[in-house]
Amino acid sequence: MKNALRLSSFGAMLVRIVFAAVAAFPIVFMLVSSLKPDQQIFGDMSSVAAFLPIGNISLDNYTAVFDRVPAARFLINSIGVSAVTVVLGIFINSLCAFALSRMEVRGKRVVFTAILATLIVPFQTLALPLVWWVNQLPYFELNGFSLEISKGWLDTYQVQIIPFIANAFSIYLYHQYFESIPKELDEAARIDGAGWFKIYRQVVMPLAGPATATVAILTFLPAWNSYLWPLMVVQSEELRPVMIGIQYFFQLNVSWGEVMAYASLITVPVVILFIAFQRSFINSIASSGVKG
Amino acid sequence: MTTTQLPSRPRPGATPPGAPAPSAAPRRRRAGYLREQLSGWGMIAPAAVLLLAFVFLPAILGFGLAFTNARLISPRPVEFVGTDNFARLFADPTFWRALLNVSYFAVVVVPVQSALALAMALLINKKFRGVNFFRTVYFLPVVTSMVVVSLLWLFMYRKDGLINELLSTFSFGLIQGADWLNDPATAMPAIIALSIWQAAGFHMIIWLAGLQSISGELYEAAQLDGASRWHQFRYVTWPGLKHTRSLVLVTITIQALGLFDQVSVMTQGGPLDSTTTIIYEAVRSGFKQQETAYASAISLVFFVLVLLISAVQRYLTREKD
Repeated sequence: MKNALRLSSFGAMLVRIVFAAVAAFPIVFMLVSSLKPDQQIFGDMSSVAAFLPIGNISLDNYTAVFDRVPAARFLINSIGVSAVTVVLGIFINSLCAFALSRMEVRGKRVVFTAILATLIVPFQTLALPLVWWVNQLPYFELNGFSLEISKGWLDTYQVQIIPFIANAFSIYLYHQYFESIPKELDEAARIDGAGWFKIYRQVVMPLAGPATATVAILTFLPAWNSYLWPLMVVQSEELRPVMIGIQYFFQLNVSWGEVMAYASLITVPVVILFIAFQRSFINSIASSGVKG
Repeated sequence: MTTTQLPSRPRPGATPPGAPAPSAAPRRRRAGYLREQLSGWGMIAPAAVLLLAFVFLPAILGFGLAFTNARLISPRPVEFVGTDNFARLFADPTFWRALLNVSYFAVVVVPVQSALALAMALLINKKFRGVNFFRTVYFLPVVTSMVVVSLLWLFMYRKDGLINELLSTFSFGLIQGADWLNDPATAMPAIIALSIWQAAGFHMIIWLAGLQSISGELYEAAQLDGASRWHQFRYVTWPGLKHTRSLVLVTITIQALGLFDQVSVMTQGGPLDSTTTIIYEAVRSGFKQQETAYASAISLVFFVLVLLISAVQRYLTREKD
């Protein structure tokens, strides 16, 4: 009996290792190849050396990436766009959820239902009409002392950020979380003379850390990975995010080692973030499963 | 799954059901009522306005534009053309090919990916030494962007690439790999394999959340009754995953129908339209050829398809009491 148990747990471990190998081998291959010249990548392909950083190892591919395209610019664009989307998203969505959850606002049920209704529309359905729509929108820009009005948001930073700030799912997550915080806290603060915004900022938000982590991750990942949208609305090189940048880089017929170097460059930061905040990441994905 | 949990407290000023209308009595409101309304709406407004501008309006616009001749950039005014776009769409063999490809993709990906994800979740459900290591590794492909994954697999799928080398090594030279992405017969299966590889970890986490909500006492009771591993799975785990099951099913299906990134990076719909998809066709006409109206018609058809399929799935997996 005991032997059988040991055997079955050994079998389970074997299956786990096989799955882990399948999950990891392309990523290991990418990281290792990014350090090798093409000739060696193809030479190592038929042996286990394909997965080992041995032989002619250097960072040449990485320096070549920065030489050939403004890769640093693409990285800064993506970091900026993602950061602004995450920060504004946390603020605006939590504020909306706060009012919907904790205040007696007339008509809030209708608003909340309408917000939740947007969850059934996949982004792909909206994308094409949205391109046409943002091209009709005006934009105000302060140029020195004169206010300039330009038509059309195509090829700008704001077109990569503003449509993605408000998010029904983030509002829903915050709403669920706020419901679990006792409302007596608000009443106590009100008796002390606190206004609603102060209650939001000093009572409720400090208690909503896990919800904020979840929303931050669920906003950051699609912003960093966005491809379909910038493909259609960004043309200028200096406005490109990393995912458009890598495709453009690939089309320059560069060596595979350099493509792998660029790919590693935009993947490793996310992997490090994931390992650092593993628990929050997994919780946020688990809660995003509630969507549907 | 989006159940609204609204507070059950009565609203001030709301009439309790069955009470006579308080029209005669002066309406009394507690202090700060107006202020609460104003601050409340002030807090709701930013998100509400943005959702209105970037979700509701484009959705309505898309519906409307599908019946016009709008182009992305055009000097001509937009005109109503009735169902011309749909007539053209349904007469287009590429559209039917795209629909067929997406169905093929979904029919394979939905069952295989959910089964693999469940297997992975079961493997790392119980605590053991190194469980966190396996969780991290299984999840790595999910945090890798689909564009990066597509480029990486594009490299691995070459005739002289890693996949063919591995196939040949593990079969002791028996299998001579195909030129995966350049052969109409193997291009879609190749895209299916990498898509499952990338996304299975995501659904593993959803299964895992479901598994961990099943009470351990049920397993203890089953063990006391001498239930085998298989019986425990069949009579405790499987029924306990009822809600998770329909959730995983619906999310994978919607994801599969929206196939775009992989195709755009790897094959551009080819060879011979064998990998084109509905969204790829929408982008091709709406963005490359700037035919917004035609693309809106495709998007609308896509939306109706998603809605229909998830409604059917919800109906089939509904509570049967």
